[in-house]
Amino acid sequence: MRELLINLTMREVKGRYKRTALGNLWSLINPIATMVVYTVVFGVFMRVEIEPSRTGLHVFALWLMCALIPWTFFSAALMTGLNSIVANANLVKKVFFPREVLVASSVFALDVTTAIELGVLVVALTLFGQMLLPWLPMVVVLLILLTAMALGFALMLSVANVYFRDTEHFVAILLQIWLYATPIIYPLSLVRRAEGDLNGWLAQHGLSFPLVAFWELNPMLHFTQAFRAVLYEETWPSQTDMIWCVSSAAIVLFIGWRVFRRFEPRMAEEL
Amino acid sequence: MSEIIEVDGVSKRFRMYRERNQSLKASLMRGRRAKYDEFWALRDVGFSIPQGSTFGLIGENGSGKSTLLKCLARILVPDEGSITVGGSVAALLELGSGFHPELTGRENVYLNGSILGLGKREIDRKFDEIVDFAGIETFIDQPVKNYSSGMYVRLGFSVAINVDPDILLVDEVLAVGDAAFQAKCMEKFAEFRAAGKTVVIVSHAMGSMRTMCDHVAWLDHGRLVQSGPATSLVDEYVDATHVERAVQGDQPEHETGRHGSGEVTVERVELIDGDGQPVTTLRTGDPMRIRVHYDAHERVDKPVFGLAVETLEGVYVWAYHTRDGGLEIDAVSGKGSVDCVVPAVPLQPGTFDVIASVVDWTTQHTYDLRRKVVRFDVEAGSPRESGGIVAMGATWTREST
Repeated sequence: MRELLINLTMREVKGRYKRTALGNLWSLINPIATMVVYTVVFGVFMRVEIEPSRTGLHVFALWLMCALIPWTFFSAALMTGLNSIVANANLVKKVFFPREVLVASSVFALDVTTAIELGVLVVALTLFGQMLLPWLPMVVVLLILLTAMALGFALMLSVANVYFRDTEHFVAILLQIWLYATPIIYPLSLVRRAEGDLNGWLAQHGLSFPLVAFWELNPMLHFTQAFRAVLYEETWPSQTDMIWCVSSAAIVLFIGWRVFRRFEPRMAEEL
Repeated sequence: MSEIIEVDGVSKRFRMYRERNQSLKASLMRGRRAKYDEFWALRDVGFSIPQGSTFGLIGENGSGKSTLLKCLARILVPDEGSITVGGSVAALLELGSGFHPELTGRENVYLNGSILGLGKREIDRKFDEIVDFAGIETFIDQPVKNYSSGMYVRLGFSVAINVDPDILLVDEVLAVGDAAFQAKCMEKFAEFRAAGKTVVIVSHAMGSMRTMCDHVAWLDHGRLVQSGPATSLVDEYVDATHVERAVQGDQPEHETGRHGSGEVTVERVELIDGDGQPVTTLRTGDPMRIRVHYDAHERVDKPVFGLAVETLEGVYVWAYHTRDGGLEIDAVSGKGSVDCVVPAVPLQPGTFDVIASVVDWTTQHTYDLRRKVVRFDVEAGSPRESGGIVAMGATWTREST
């Protein structure tokens, strides 16, 4: 089982950029391209205001990447994970083995590339004067928690995708909304300002809406804040963020596992 | 002998979707998933497989053999009943499934091995044997997409067979590779059985099923007809499923290549069994008469009637004509018939075509020649010998010195 997981993960990693001239460099080019686009659009043109860090760092691109790399991992893990059963239909229909391994290996394969990306980010942050070495174990812990949550979602969605192929397209749109619903490209302070404006207007009708509290129901917000706290601010994540990260990872993984187990026996014939 | 697999009242139901679009919209509109018909691929099937035996599943297409095999392999889960398996299982359902085309043969051996449940150290130990068996040493570090289909399948087979399970499930995959590789496979199976392991085979090749298997289970439309010793049950199955050929009229549909000047024509050819009944199916060792009905449109002197038998593949099995047989016919005019009497059909089970001709005494001029004028089947009878075209009625003896 462990052997199989490792081999399938390596298959994903090795197979992904085969026959491309740049090979594994692609796993760096992609995030760099996204970084450049977002930095130009949101940092330069739209002038999203960010606070300088506790350590005096004030670079939009780095601030962005501290949250964007974990998000990219999360969204890619959901998309490839939910496809993993359908994509390996031939295997599922012909060989018996624990099928969750397919989902897990596709998620873990992304961990490999994400680790490389984070490594490059750490180097870049170090060049800008951050002292990240003591914080690396915490980054690993956060990545493990995020992997657990992504795996939970991927397990659920991979089953749904066997029954309804719409799942894939539906989730693609959902992830796009989710990206903008999470303070990754913009700071949470913008949401606070919007809440103020909104409530000023609602007050005329004797109403109010806790926009920030609503925003904070999103587990990815807490992951974003936790990653930023460690990488950008060099502090411990807040207790609230950690409670959110640990419990959402545990709950989602548990539910995903149960759902997968429940539907696994009929998978071969439904494909 | 103890039982290694116990199949008890197994039923498997499939859903046949009437409109399978797997779309969320469709199911939301209807408030439920797509409508489907239920179809029982297996219904209350029960038998047991003794340890160390070679067990065959026989039946026509759609009888549920492959479904049952997949249930044994745990790929499908029965809706009712239970399957108890007392050992590790490897299934050869599709060879090389799970190979990644971009990875090398070496990487794929490790990958496929681990899918089939082998640890890295076990694969390390068996690696040379696997590669050697597949016969692709020089290509092992090439991506498998560059392999020929034969190499691909051979490597898949080689990995699967080297998993060394207690029970091997095989679905029609024996027909892989060239003759040499097939011989190697059969050898491997024999080794496997000699080691006291169990093999379960699905195949349509009844000849090899009869010789390879100890026991078979015969399925028909998802139900178990019978299970028992292979030899008798395979014969019973072949007899039962045999499609009776219509006794053919003047112009059999598969007749080809009729030629001749036409003064005398072969009207039709009948096969007549020992009871004087026209038949198209006989058993090895049965008496048979081949009756040639002719029509002489004018008086023809000294005609010679000839008969020949060919296999479906066109192998020329036998020929005999009246001149060689010492039957001198002075002249023919009008309709009539000649008989060729075969005391005991010396053919092994198979399908054969008859060629009938009328020629002149010199055999140089053809009045009429009809190929495949009648087709007949031979079923297992007596003597029962192992294979080939002819049944020689041979016996084995041994003299010890």
